[in-house]
Amino acid sequence: MTGRTYPDERAGPFEGPPRRFTDAEGRDIAVRDADADDYDDLVAMYDAFDPEDRAQGIPPMRPDDVRKWVADLLGEECSNVVARHGDDVVGHATLVPDVATPGADDDVTATDAVDTSDPEEYELAIFVTRAYQGAGIGTQLLEALLGKGQADGVEYVWLTVERWNDPALALYRSVGFVTSNAETFELEMGIRL
Amino acid sequence: MHLLVGVDGSDDSLAALSATVDRVSETGDDLTVALLLDAEAAADVDLDELVRDALGDVNATRERVSGDPASRLVELADGGPYDRLVVGGGSRSPLGKVNLDQFLEFVLLNATTTLTLVR
Repeated sequence: MTGRTYPDERAGPFEGPPRRFTDAEGRDIAVRDADADDYDDLVAMYDAFDPEDRAQGIPPMRPDDVRKWVADLLGEECSNVVARHGDDVVGHATLVPDVATPGADDDVTATDAVDTSDPEEYELAIFVTRAYQGAGIGTQLLEALLGKGQADGVEYVWLTVERWNDPALALYRSVGFVTSNAETFELEMGIRL
Repeated sequence: MHLLVGVDGSDDSLAALSATVDRVSETGDDLTVALLLDAEAAADVDLDELVRDALGDVNATRERVSGDPASRLVELADGGPYDRLVVGGGSRSPLGKVNLDQFLEFVLLNATTTLTLVR
């Protein structure tokens, strides 16, 4: 563990995907597990993503970087759910294993040995296309992803969020994320499933 | 122009140094390298050797900086004849999110010298 703090209380339970609902704008939205088959549609979503909605450097801007990033996120160790409106992916939430030891980028010495096959912490990110924001899709995506994580045995999830991003803060708090570090440039939050 | 590069031994700082060395090879700018001796990353490496290797044939003065890396670097930059303070940084989380660590945040908020952040 990296020394991040998490709530003692476990959050949830959350229901994993699939989910189907009508969003606040009356659109029929389906939230499902995502895998390699969703690669093209995810790339399409991020290629068209409004630069204003980027946070902390993601999604990447350049097309090559987008493709590499999406491919990495669809890797084996990660969990992904997508929200579709018809054929389009309009939202995406992901959990990526965090196997970093504090202060060590690459060198893992004998005294700092980390079992990379069993990550304890996961980093979470969620993106919703601008036209679909503010309609309740983020909440559904987030809960579905946390439900999926719970089912997969994920316990500790953290994220960073820009301090001024009130909608995001409200969303994370509503499902049980708690601020774990208010001293860093971005606010860090954690949840225990 | 006179450039000051802060090097603490981290990969980011060495990348910043390398990029700056490339630049001054072409432009002939003056270069000073600040070795941040008490930085966390400096503890595991031979900072002098890394800087020497990165400089190669390029002429540069070296400043050995002890104490708190961020504040001492800013003090050096703002108190000297430097036109640019160059640092590396903005490490990436597992998801690819950029993290500004406390060193970078301090330098960003406190330096009055124009800053170049090498990524």
